[in-house]
Amino acid sequence: MHAFKYHRASSANEAASIVARNGEARFLAGGQSLVQMMKLRFVSPSDLVDLGSIKDLAGIKADGSGVTIGAMTRHAEVAGSAEVRKAIPALAALAGTIGDRQVRNMGTLGGAIAHADPAADYPAAVLGLGATIHTNKRKIAADDFFKGMMETALQPGELITSVSFPVPKRAAYMKFKNQASRFAIVGVFVADTAGGVRVAVTGAGPCVFRSKELEAALSKSFTAQAAAGVKVSDKGLNKDLHASPEYRAHLITVMAKRAVQSIA
Amino acid sequence: MGAPLIGARIERKEDYRFLTGAGQYTDDVVLPGQTHAVFVRSPHAHAKIRSIRKDEALKKPGVLALFTGEDLAAAKVGGLPCGWLITDVNGQPMKEPAHPCLAQGKVRYVGDHVAVVIAETLEEAHEAAEAVHVDYEVLPSVVDTASASSKGAPQLHENAPDNTCYVWAIGDKSVVDKAFAGAAHVTRLDLVNNRLIPNAVEPRAATGAYSRADQSYTLYVSNQNPHVERLLMTAFVLSLPEHKVRVVAPDVGGGFGSKIYIYAEDVVVTWAAKQINRPVKWTAERSESFVSDAHGRDHVTVAEMAMDKDGKFLAMRVHTTANVGAYLSTFASCVPTILYATLLAGQYTTPVIYCEVKAVFSNTTPVDAYRGAGRPEATYVVERLVETAAREMKLDPAEIRRRNFIRSFPYQTPVALCYDTGDYEATLDGALKLADVAGYAARKKASEAKGRLRGLGYAAYIEACGIAPSAVAGSLGARAGLFEAGEVRVHPTGSVTVFTGSHSHGQGHETTFAQVVADRLGIGIESVDIVHGDTSKVLFGMGTYGSRSIAVGGTAIVKALDKIIAKGKKIAAHLLEASESDIEYDRGVFKVSGTDKQKMFGEVAFAAYVPHNYPHDKLEPGLNENAFYDPANFTFPAGTYVCEVEIDPDTGKVSVERFTAVDDFGKIINPMIVDGQVHGGLTQGIGQALTEGCIYDKDSGQLLTGSFMDYSIPRADDVPSFKVDTRETPCTHNPLGVKGCGEAGAIGAPAAMMNAITDALGVKDVPMPATPQTVWRALQNKKAA
Repeated sequence: MHAFKYHRASSANEAASIVARNGEARFLAGGQSLVQMMKLRFVSPSDLVDLGSIKDLAGIKADGSGVTIGAMTRHAEVAGSAEVRKAIPALAALAGTIGDRQVRNMGTLGGAIAHADPAADYPAAVLGLGATIHTNKRKIAADDFFKGMMETALQPGELITSVSFPVPKRAAYMKFKNQASRFAIVGVFVADTAGGVRVAVTGAGPCVFRSKELEAALSKSFTAQAAAGVKVSDKGLNKDLHASPEYRAHLITVMAKRAVQSIA
Repeated sequence: MGAPLIGARIERKEDYRFLTGAGQYTDDVVLPGQTHAVFVRSPHAHAKIRSIRKDEALKKPGVLALFTGEDLAAAKVGGLPCGWLITDVNGQPMKEPAHPCLAQGKVRYVGDHVAVVIAETLEEAHEAAEAVHVDYEVLPSVVDTASASSKGAPQLHENAPDNTCYVWAIGDKSVVDKAFAGAAHVTRLDLVNNRLIPNAVEPRAATGAYSRADQSYTLYVSNQNPHVERLLMTAFVLSLPEHKVRVVAPDVGGGFGSKIYIYAEDVVVTWAAKQINRPVKWTAERSESFVSDAHGRDHVTVAEMAMDKDGKFLAMRVHTTANVGAYLSTFASCVPTILYATLLAGQYTTPVIYCEVKAVFSNTTPVDAYRGAGRPEATYVVERLVETAAREMKLDPAEIRRRNFIRSFPYQTPVALCYDTGDYEATLDGALKLADVAGYAARKKASEAKGRLRGLGYAAYIEACGIAPSAVAGSLGARAGLFEAGEVRVHPTGSVTVFTGSHSHGQGHETTFAQVVADRLGIGIESVDIVHGDTSKVLFGMGTYGSRSIAVGGTAIVKALDKIIAKGKKIAAHLLEASESDIEYDRGVFKVSGTDKQKMFGEVAFAAYVPHNYPHDKLEPGLNENAFYDPANFTFPAGTYVCEVEIDPDTGKVSVERFTAVDDFGKIINPMIVDGQVHGGLTQGIGQALTEGCIYDKDSGQLLTGSFMDYSIPRADDVPSFKVDTRETPCTHNPLGVKGCGEAGAIGAPAAMMNAITDALGVKDVPMPATPQTVWRALQNKKAA
């Protein structure tokens, strides 16, 4: 790890202004990806601005129509939250499967979606539920947020403050894990929402995406059988040691089927 | 004293220290004035080094020294030796290309050591290492085992044409060919034994120190055999007087073979400590371990079994290509030959066997012994062939084994080894029962009802442990002896310190050996401490590998204990005014037979050290004895493993539903520790079959599975709760009747696993590791066929 300057910000504004002043500065949320990359010397930020002391950024608020989760809320808190479990059980369940116990105790919602790892779990929930991302500057719809491989709509210095998840009629997340990393080779979030059926897929492509084929089939009939009948195209899907595009495409159907099976 | 300690499930003496963080590992050793080394490693699989620019690195803060291969050559530091000479089919010695401690002119694998930077702090050493500019001329590389020696493959070493280290063979080919010609049935399998990366929990580490006071060196190193490390380093690499070098292998967090060897880093930190006159510390990062610890396995094999119409084995023919990596590691040459082909008889009476092995160099990390070392590869060949033959001949896989079991001992195999004892039917019967094979059909039906595939597979393995009779090893090319040494030091007040040349790095010797000593002497186990891992304390040692510790190291201790008791009898006879021949020793008490006259062990010890009333004319004071033990034969642990898997055809994921192991390890000292050894071995064996596969990119030669993100060692949820049991035929040629248990699980499990998986899928072969994608692909191919 290269040397860097450490800052502890006490407010979102202060954090944003430190980052704005230092071109190579990065926000430090839970540090579960950034610190690892620094240790491997893949990235060498000049400054780290620790968001851990900013009280406003953490916490869970639920009302009848949705759940708003602060960007610095740890995965373990979401997984264990009675409110989330009641309003959107699939979201709490998803948070409970991220990484391992240590990761869940440190990792944050905001950090995970800002990092936008192609195999991360949270992006599937954010996109699948049609959530809204709140930043220190604006609101961004999930459909506009994830742009590509580790690329989001966030501008330099822009800080996620919270994410609002609308409550779906029913939803479920199924993932097939990489044996080694335990990241998703394919993760499928299926949500039957007020605005229709949404199916978000993580792990399979360079970036989380919605499967229009599955959404169309499940809109007609929200059954495991309908999902199983969809042949997902392998075009543009990831290829690595663990899974070919063809295998990933197949797994999308299987995971979607199993997700629906668990709630239909 | 109380109940016998041999055979007791005693909790491990060492666990308090390990579980409370009180262990002392190499990296925990902090020497005054110590400096930190970082190695500059090759990013290329194969390249010429045009030049190395040191100036920028040397200017970095805190840098003390920067050495390259040229510096080592100028100082006449030798290359790393290979400890086993294999003679090829033409009577020629194997090719032994130079293995420099820092690259000289060329790098031959990703991770090859090019230079070392030494600085005040680790961070400074890292910063400076990044500023060492190496100008490489990248060359074409070859990583693939099957094609490494083919025409046109890039050549690694000038003195090893066709990248061939040797072609070696055992058996009479013409007799075997003839038996095949007359066979009723021939089963053939093309098998790949996948390359594995060991990954001990504690990465390798080495700290070298030099004392100007007496021109002596001390090396702390995470190693399985400190005396062997010292012998090789002093005699072959650094040309130092052996008595001026102390090697300490303190607590070691796992080895699995990968810490048997002398590594370049060990030599460099030792040598550099004198150059800068300060201790030099190096601890591998995990990513360094992936590329620089010797790997395991990596065979490509064509295996054939000839049978008569009843499934009786007539002959076996095996052709193997073994990848030894870029250079010969310390024992690389004997693993795919002596430790492999000699095991191909398995548990069976196959009368004739021919095996030919070609060892090839490639642009990969050196390959050497890894838990099982040759024997897992042999068991994989034999047991996959046997199970496949049973399927092809429509015989029950247990029945085909029964028809071919060796039943009378000693048994001379056609591949050099002579089995002293065994009862293969007993372990097979035990495993079938414990595994509830009778209930398998119902379980298969239940799986099918859920849309899952279920399969059952066996492996009846044998291994040669307790290596080895030195004369036999020497005749086969070993450049070292393979005895073991032990010393028993009885203190004046009767407590005992035992010094053993065996090294413990997870095996629990401090408990097992203490049980043997306490049991034999009839004293409390708390009065016995076991010391190992320091050449300045232990008289000599060949170390721990090949499941040899209890059979060879334990026997050396028993021999020393016999001497202690013999001397104790002489002392007691004097004290009790009796004839020595009338003294009996029974559980801590020297007695005059037939009388109530007696002396406790502690009283005799005290008399030996406070010899006021003592037979000085006949006996030296003190009670301290040592013994060297060279075994008469190998030991032959054997057993049967039964594996039951369930496969999700939609995803290809294999779930190990049941795994049963019934082993014959001879006499068992601590069944709890043995259970643990079996569990660990099985888990590694299941890892090889299911999750672990080392993969290099064919074009670039880069290690693609260079971290735990891509290389999958099995975790608790990958394995079932094991069912284990033992049967006992005591070893006939050591006094404890022990055989060794450390490697069995890793030897037998892969074949049982793959037999179960191929059974579930209804295919002849699936490559290891049977990852979900591989299994899914096999099912797609079967559907398409």
